Amino acid sequence: MTATKASETTPGKGLPARGAKPASGGGIKQILGSDPRQFGMLGALIVLALFFQWLSGGKMLTPSNAQNILNGNSYVLVLAIGMLFVIITGQIDLSVGSVAAVVGICTALSINFWAFPWWLGILFGLMVGILIGMWQGSWLAFVGVPGFITTLAGYMLFRGLYQYVGKASSQPAPDEIRFIGGGYLPEWGPNTGLNNSTLVLGVAALAILIVLDVRKRARVIKAGGTPIPLWAAIARLAVIGVALGYLTWLFGSGRQGTSFPVTGLILVVLGLAYNFLASRTTIGRGVYAVGGNKAAAALTGISVKRTYFLVMTNVSFLAAVAGIMYFGRSTSTGPSDGVGWELDAIAAVFIGGAAVSGGIGTVTGSLIGGLVMAVLNNGLYLMGVGSDMTQMIKGLVLLIAVAFDLYSKSQGKPSIIGALARGFNPKAVENELQPGAGPNRELGNPLWAVLSFLVFPVGIVLWAVWRKDRPGSAKQARNGVFAALIVGLFISVIALFMALAQTTGLVS
Amino acid sequence: MTDQPADSGASSDLGDVPAILEMVHITKDFPGVRALDDVSMTVRRGEIHAICGENGAGKSTLMKVLSGVHPFGTYEGRIIFDGEEMQFNGIKSSEHVGIVIIHQELALIPELSVTENIFIGNEVTRHGVIDWEVSRERAVQLLGRVGLDVDPDTAIKNLGVGQQQLIEIAKALSKDVRLLILDEPTSALNEEDSENLLNILRQLKTQGLTSIMISHKLNEIAEIADSITIIRDGRTIESLDVADGTVNEDRIIRGMVGRALDSRFPEHTPNIGEIFFEVRDWTIEHPQIPGRLVCNHSNFYVRRGEIVGFAGLMGAGRTELARSIFGRTYGTYQGGQILINGEAVEIPSVRAAIARGISYVPEDRKVLGLNLLDNVKDTIVAAGIGRISRNTVIDLEAEINAAEEYRKAMNIKAASIDVGVSTLSGGNQQKVVLAKWMFTEPSLAILDEPTRGIDVGAKYEIYGLIHRLADEGKGVVMISSELPELLGVCDRIYTVFEGRITGELLTAEATQESLMRLMTDTSAA
Repeated sequence: MTATKASETTPGKGLPARGAKPASGGGIKQILGSDPRQFGMLGALIVLALFFQWLSGGKMLTPSNAQNILNGNSYVLVLAIGMLFVIITGQIDLSVGSVAAVVGICTALSINFWAFPWWLGILFGLMVGILIGMWQGSWLAFVGVPGFITTLAGYMLFRGLYQYVGKASSQPAPDEIRFIGGGYLPEWGPNTGLNNSTLVLGVAALAILIVLDVRKRARVIKAGGTPIPLWAAIARLAVIGVALGYLTWLFGSGRQGTSFPVTGLILVVLGLAYNFLASRTTIGRGVYAVGGNKAAAALTGISVKRTYFLVMTNVSFLAAVAGIMYFGRSTSTGPSDGVGWELDAIAAVFIGGAAVSGGIGTVTGSLIGGLVMAVLNNGLYLMGVGSDMTQMIKGLVLLIAVAFDLYSKSQGKPSIIGALARGFNPKAVENELQPGAGPNRELGNPLWAVLSFLVFPVGIVLWAVWRKDRPGSAKQARNGVFAALIVGLFISVIALFMALAQTTGLVS
Repeated sequence: MTDQPADSGASSDLGDVPAILEMVHITKDFPGVRALDDVSMTVRRGEIHAICGENGAGKSTLMKVLSGVHPFGTYEGRIIFDGEEMQFNGIKSSEHVGIVIIHQELALIPELSVTENIFIGNEVTRHGVIDWEVSRERAVQLLGRVGLDVDPDTAIKNLGVGQQQLIEIAKALSKDVRLLILDEPTSALNEEDSENLLNILRQLKTQGLTSIMISHKLNEIAEIADSITIIRDGRTIESLDVADGTVNEDRIIRGMVGRALDSRFPEHTPNIGEIFFEVRDWTIEHPQIPGRLVCNHSNFYVRRGEIVGFAGLMGAGRTELARSIFGRTYGTYQGGQILINGEAVEIPSVRAAIARGISYVPEDRKVLGLNLLDNVKDTIVAAGIGRISRNTVIDLEAEINAAEEYRKAMNIKAASIDVGVSTLSGGNQQKVVLAKWMFTEPSLAILDEPTRGIDVGAKYEIYGLIHRLADEGKGVVMISSELPELLGVCDRIYTVFEGRITGELLTAEATQESLMRLMTDTSAA
């Protein structure tokens, strides 16, 4: 749209930065629009789902399984949204699991003991979450204790508070909250073969997208710009329409009384709202500015303290939402509520492309990252892989995903992966332009690097092979072979990675 | 060895001194851009060789090829060092033969001591254990060679930038350096420290050290270099021998920009109005050191359409003065008044400053001016975001229009407003920062070192923009360490020394000498 107006360009240096939306490019790009990298993530999610669909003999993409995935992971995705903003500012929150647990028990007790109506119980729970967020935000913003420490303290503090308040009791959830945490939309009207609520949602979503697209087009034309070609716009909507149609069918064609889950609806609403907040408001800009360069943000008139305070308050608020959702889904409070959630949320955000150093990350990316983890978890479960193996595989996926991300960001150089993931590496170019600021590319002897990469996977393979010949259940043996296969896949990926790194000079 | 590659440019007589380094037909490609195109260069043993060129001309890339940052195989051409063809695959391998590069951003570790920094990665060991006694002794010797009188146990963070630069040289010497490469060694130094550094380089030259120096400060190059290679758009334009006496700044500029710059400063007829901004008795205490006044009862004023310069050595308190006025972003307020249009105002925050029509373009654009992750559009509107948003919701159309308008008005060379600011050259980054502050529509623009680290052509453009601001009736405060620049652009100049304003001169009456006297003379107050 503006590329043609540039009077003088520096070839190869015009890579878009965060949030950039290059309007020019090939046909595919015009259809997909927006950030190619996020599309890559979405592609990975789809491939993963199809892969497990195939491996599990069609158990993955069934209505009940899809509903299960959403119901069982929505709370983590809600946490991931909150965590994203914290991570963009360059901080981290380790306490969200404990906060969610405290909010769950507070909501439960207020209803069961103080006889609060269910909605007042929820409000009370959300209030508790916001207060905890303000507490943590104050330590970070006004005392200057780093978020890592503040929330590590919060992790212990609120876990303890949960135990103190809950007294090891298991509090049941009222029906209304069960509905919020694990319910389905009502069935009504004529028999369409699908759940009508889901159908309406799907149609409404498509209609809104079409209206937005048309309006955007009109605006571009009015502003004197050149919109994307009509065929591309229509093709784009067609792709979206097919996808929405499929999802409507997937979620709506389940057994009687099921639909697109309520938790999914909450997630979609929150996702849209926070996406808007991040990309279209001055508050969102402030968050990115503080994460990108705190000092520059302060000199631009953005209050760093206020931003820290807001994101910390917000993450605990969303932790409260997640806590209440989970409370409803599990129908009662339990001792393991919230345990380890913070790590799932953090993993989702980083798989979704956020930067550890802050300043980079999107709501959509984090949600997709969370879904990748959820589908992986679910797929492995469907295949009968034990939680031990699942944990290991998830760990490796997190490592590889972030390693690929870093690698593609560091590439101004031509490489398969670099070329695929091109378009998101302002820092790499920066390094290229700045003498002395370049990353230290000396990893020492590459042989050592390769060996140290391989120690862990090879160890597992050897163990699995050894285990296979030992007496034990057939299932264990199968798991061992399966793990060996997965690990073998990773070895080849790493080998490819190292080979690419070698040829492109990442490793000297 | 004295044989020159047949087409190595115009280099005339490089004398009979044998070459220590020849870079022959070096070509280096980045995706989509050829950074170096058949560059050749010869450095004689024991000389100081300068490389000149505008930002983005390829100087740094050439040095990265030489030092192995871009390893052998990623470029075409040959490097011949001391008669042997070299194939470096990393910094270590180039350091092994004695080529050491000192980058613009110093690679010292602030918390470690001088000794530790000098020998880091190159420790003096005995049976695998670091021998601190010998290290310290050798550190003292090395410090002596670079003329630095500091305790080798001092932490680096306690030294000034000039001293740190010398420590870097000492570190290079500890590695038995034979060819020292300095990338913009004086860009962060004040006049005095620069002079000192150049003297040390001269001294080391007499001891037989060969150095290559990249610098934008042409006066320094003309003064110190024995020969000069000029690079433009990734090509060797010419090699000059300073010894024959025909080389001066104008000659170098002509080579760098491909034409003679008639004047380094654009013509400007000031149109100065009444006083609208005044600072009285401004007193600010250092944020960490109680009792130390970084601004000591300072008084100054700015008229509409006037460009007011602030001259002073580094650390004199110019930036501190500017930032304390700009929403008290520096130090502790002790007293004083700001008057806008004769009315005393309180400016307790950056927001308040912006609302009062004050802009501050900071001295270090990468650290204080820009979010390098952002794109051009978001950066331009960042400070004046209230102008394009309602109830915190940003009007995306207004944003694009505003960014486009400023991109054109400031002649920012970027493929589009969506590209990352980190991909722009220094001069264009500076224009983006200026645009960001012009977008707030200030009545007073405070520019802190607005042309630092940018090339001659971009400087000229920035001067033009400053003039335009003044023509629009805005007041401009310009802080600069380069006296010719202040004399060339400003209408009136204040001098600052140790937190006090020591003088005020109309540019017409000022000379570099008179300014320097006021900048350093304590009794002048």
